[in-house]
Amino acid sequence: MSTTSPSRLEKILAAGHLAVTSEVGPPRSCDGSVIEHKANLIKDHVDAVNVTDNQTSVTRMCSLAACIRLKLMGLEPVLQMVTRDRNRIALQSDILGAASFGICNILCLTGDHQHFGDHANAVNVFDLDSTQLLQTARMMRDEGRLLGGHQFEHRPQVFIGAAANPFADPFEIRIPRLAKKVAAGAQFIQTQCIYNLEKFKLWLKLGRDRGLHEKVAIFAGITPMKNVGMARYMKNRVPGIEVPDEIVKRIGGVPKERQAEEGIKLAIEQIQELKEEEGVRGFHIMAIEWEEKVPEIIERAGLYPRPQIG
Amino acid sequence: MIKAVPKPLEEIIELIKDLHKVLVVGCDGCVTVCEAGGLKEVGVLSSSLRLNFTQANQRMEIDDTTLTRQCDKEYLDQLKDRIDAYDAVVSLACGCGVQYLVERYPDKVVYPGVDTCFMGVDLERGVYAERCQACGKCILADTGGICPIARCSKRMLNGPCGGSEKGKCEVNSEIDCGWHLIYERLKTLGQLDRFEHPVAPKDWATSRDGGPRKIVREDLRI
Ligand code: SF4
Repeated sequence: MSTTSPSRLEKILAAGHLAVTSEVGPPRSCDGSVIEHKANLIKDHVDAVNVTDNQTSVTRMCSLAACIRLKLMGLEPVLQMVTRDRNRIALQSDILGAASFGICNILCLTGDHQHFGDHANAVNVFDLDSTQLLQTARMMRDEGRLLGGHQFEHRPQVFIGAAANPFADPFEIRIPRLAKKVAAGAQFIQTQCIYNLEKFKLWLKLGRDRGLHEKVAIFAGITPMKNVGMARYMKNRVPGIEVPDEIVKRIGGVPKERQAEEGIKLAIEQIQELKEEEGVRGFHIMAIEWEEKVPEIIERAGLYPRPQIG
Repeated sequence: MIKAVPKPLEEIIELIKDLHKVLVVGCDGCVTVCEAGGLKEVGVLSSSLRLNFTQANQRMEIDDTTLTRQCDKEYLDQLKDRIDAYDAVVSLACGCGVQYLVERYPDKVVYPGVDTCFMGVDLERGVYAERCQACGKCILADTGGICPIARCSKRMLNGPCGGSEKGKCEVNSEIDCGWHLIYERLKTLGQLDRFEHPVAPKDWATSRDGGPRKIVREDLRI
């Protein structure tokens, strides 16, 4: 498989390995050591580290600056970019800036609506949506052209990803939507946190039926539950996340002090089960403010050591 | 039509409290339909203001009138012989009407009496919903006649996002997910294939992003 960028993530996939990524959320301050600390916890266990872009619309240190910090540490960042806060001028400018630092993985997202966050009274931009950001990044890379038409020489060599949520409604649109993102340039897909494995497998099968698994590398999204409170919160309060009752029961069924371990066990079982699924090309582990558990999950799931490539 | 809601009485009182003679001007257009600034609302507001200032023992004369439209010079002209007599005008027209009144009578203080909200439809009496954001380049032919710019909270052109749940928007369960509606509609029309083609970035220059807009229809000009 030929590659489109210097991305190690892309090379690992091209070599036929299962990829493992995780993420760090930047702080709500300018303390850069937070990023370094979180990244150090996971760096030996993952192929690339996502940096979220003002996730859930809460203002944080910018994703690009945090990615540069990771790059300076010798790590491989995935720059998450949402279209909520920046127009096409700023987004393209950020892609150029990121590429100038050798940041070569970007994840194109629309982003949560600002009402979820700490500035519900802010304007939103949404000049582009995620699909259009994919198209834009691909055009910049493959054609050396900006949306406005300007042609340039030093093209951003980027490996381009997007998100997919098999659990959002209407279910029937989710594969056409995946196909659309692939058509727009997505090379890898990070899914929403998976708890309903049957539904995920159905989604994957429908994707396979259309051959999409051969066109895009799908990373299954895994988020370990810390306790039953989190399971309930995810089930009832987070739009687009589906937590079956059995999971809430299972986590709630053990004493409080063992719920975290149960959550970790569940995540590991999910990974092991999904490893066998044709079309799952990697795992994206989102341990929200629980980065220290990522290495353990990866080791116990049999995904360690990571291949030494690039 | 344009939808507006009456401003709270206290807000209007605060605006005019130091004056002595105020004209309340309604509009027979959109604000009449949404019962925010027509003849009836003008009557109610004027009586409430009179009552308020009488009770406060304050000298205040409130007169009222309602014009056919405030977005049209011809009707605004009807005020020309009487407007000088007032310290200020409270216009119950939409923001367009208020501003046109200001343009026609540049020396007069004009206060808005309604909050202009959006372009929409009447779901039922007293319930109005947004349907169009006047982007200046209609895409309804491609989206099954349902506008993602007005009806998707993130104005996605390639939606739905990952927050759509049971037909409702991630913003809150009172809002229908515009993309869910589009999907259902395309399915009904047998046009789901339309969905899969990525829609390119939109040219927003015809929307508010191009600056204040103006239409010049040479074919209509005399
Ligand atoms: S849930 Fe539907 S309407 Fe709301 S932002 Fe997402 S796609 Fe748009």
